[in-house]
Amino acid sequence: MDRFVFLTIDGLSRGAVYAAFALALVLIWRAARVVNFAQGAMAVAAAYVAYTVSAATGSYWLGFAVALVAGLLLGALVDRVVMRHVDHTSHLNPVIVALGLVLLIQAVLGMVYGNEFRPAEAPFSRSALTVGGVAVLSPYDLFVFATIGVVVSGLAWMFARTPVGLRMRAAAFAPEVSRLLGVNVGGMLTLGWALASGVGALAAMLVIPTELGLHPHAMDLVFVSAFTAAVVGGLDSPPGAVVGGLVVGLLLSYVSGYAGSDLTPLAVLVLLLAVLLVRPGGLFAPVTARRV
Amino acid sequence: MSADSTADLLVVRGLVAGYGAAPVLQAIDLTVPAGTIAAVVGANGAGKTTLLRALSGMIRPAAGQVLLAGEDLRGTPVEQLVRRGMAHVPEGRGVISELTVDENLRLGGLWRRDRADAGRALDEVYELFEPLARRRRHLGHQLSGGERQMLALGRALVGRPRLLLLDEPSLGLAPRVVARTMALLRQLRDRTGLTVLLVEQNVRSALAVADQGVVMSLGRVVIAAPAEKLRDDVDLRHAYLGF
Repeated sequence: MDRFVFLTIDGLSRGAVYAAFALALVLIWRAARVVNFAQGAMAVAAAYVAYTVSAATGSYWLGFAVALVAGLLLGALVDRVVMRHVDHTSHLNPVIVALGLVLLIQAVLGMVYGNEFRPAEAPFSRSALTVGGVAVLSPYDLFVFATIGVVVSGLAWMFARTPVGLRMRAAAFAPEVSRLLGVNVGGMLTLGWALASGVGALAAMLVIPTELGLHPHAMDLVFVSAFTAAVVGGLDSPPGAVVGGLVVGLLLSYVSGYAGSDLTPLAVLVLLLAVLLVRPGGLFAPVTARRV
Repeated sequence: MSADSTADLLVVRGLVAGYGAAPVLQAIDLTVPAGTIAAVVGANGAGKTTLLRALSGMIRPAAGQVLLAGEDLRGTPVEQLVRRGMAHVPEGRGVISELTVDENLRLGGLWRRDRADAGRALDEVYELFEPLARRRRHLGHQLSGGERQMLALGRALVGRPRLLLLDEPSLGLAPRVVARTMALLRQLRDRTGLTVLLVEQNVRSALAVADQGVVMSLGRVVIAAPAEKLRDDVDLRHAYLGF
């Protein structure tokens, strides 16, 4: 029972990170109809910037803040400089370009920082507090939950309640009509990329200290898990991404706890395959498909 | 601003536009005086929708000039036109079906700096279209055809346009709804001085409400005349409208 509680909380903590990362994928998918395969590499790049800043100033929090800003800027940059100029008539084109970006970013990071793991510090203790003899959750887990809770509810509030959120949704659903109504659709698209990349950078900052450390490939497996989470939730659904992230986090935690950690990558792929076979629209697929 | 430009809100000179190599519109000339309704009629493929799309910048004209209140619109991005006072209600009406009625309407006024007046305009539209006020929280795809029509029209009116471009407002609607829409256009013209450029297949109801009738055929304006003349002169009707 103790083990189950521990695995559940550990799973939810990882799941929260997957949820944020999946949410970032969904943001871009909804805005631009692109699955951003470069998101992991972009997030790692932002984390390296944080690492550099933290190493130079000795302040974790300054690095953390810089990572978010770097993520936002990198997202806007990728949209303006690269994705905007890709022919979107075939879905394959942006995918190939995104994969090219992965190679480029990882190669540059490897050249600048070296292809080795660098220790990444966590701002809070990662050893679990015990309540009544049962190890429950660590201060760091609490930090992860709080941060992601704030970001997810902030995004939900922004999209549902603010004028800029309304503009972003309108631009995503009906770009042509939105332009006629005075919405700067291109600007909304860039903003969507920036936000998604910022959320991705945040997720990287949260997850890297719990893994082996900073490495150009540090987010590869996280990306696969988050992509699975987004597919489980249905690529079009932000709440689906959050639920999907938690589901994937729990699954991986149970698999690694009860069956062995070697099996976790396999478990993710089995889940991805199962969802694609049984319910390709995701668990949160809307009742009617949109005709385009 | 010259006297000429205040009298004629929209002036189109030698407009050439199209989608590929061969232009759809061949040197269109058109003048719409302020506070009047102009109806562009003609067969399928005459270039009526293309004309509206060229006016609002959705397709770039290859040649010619579009003046709105004397200002050349060339090079003005589509999203800026609404700020110049031009509203375009596209064919099929362009209600965003994933957004609620209220969100669709608010979107029409989001660009405005004068937030207080944008709020007033929103209230006025809800007064004008009773059924929309009752369905504020409904999604666009839950509305009937007539309600969508109201929503698209209302959304354009929230921006308080000077010139309203309307593409086939009668498409797929019951005759009673069409009559109501046309009467509303006339009412808006009389009360607020709204200028309307209307594209229609439904020649009779369009000419019944319009001040000016413009007949297009194969990308050209074949005749522009007072609407009542086109409507009542049997020879003209036979020659240009085929009934």
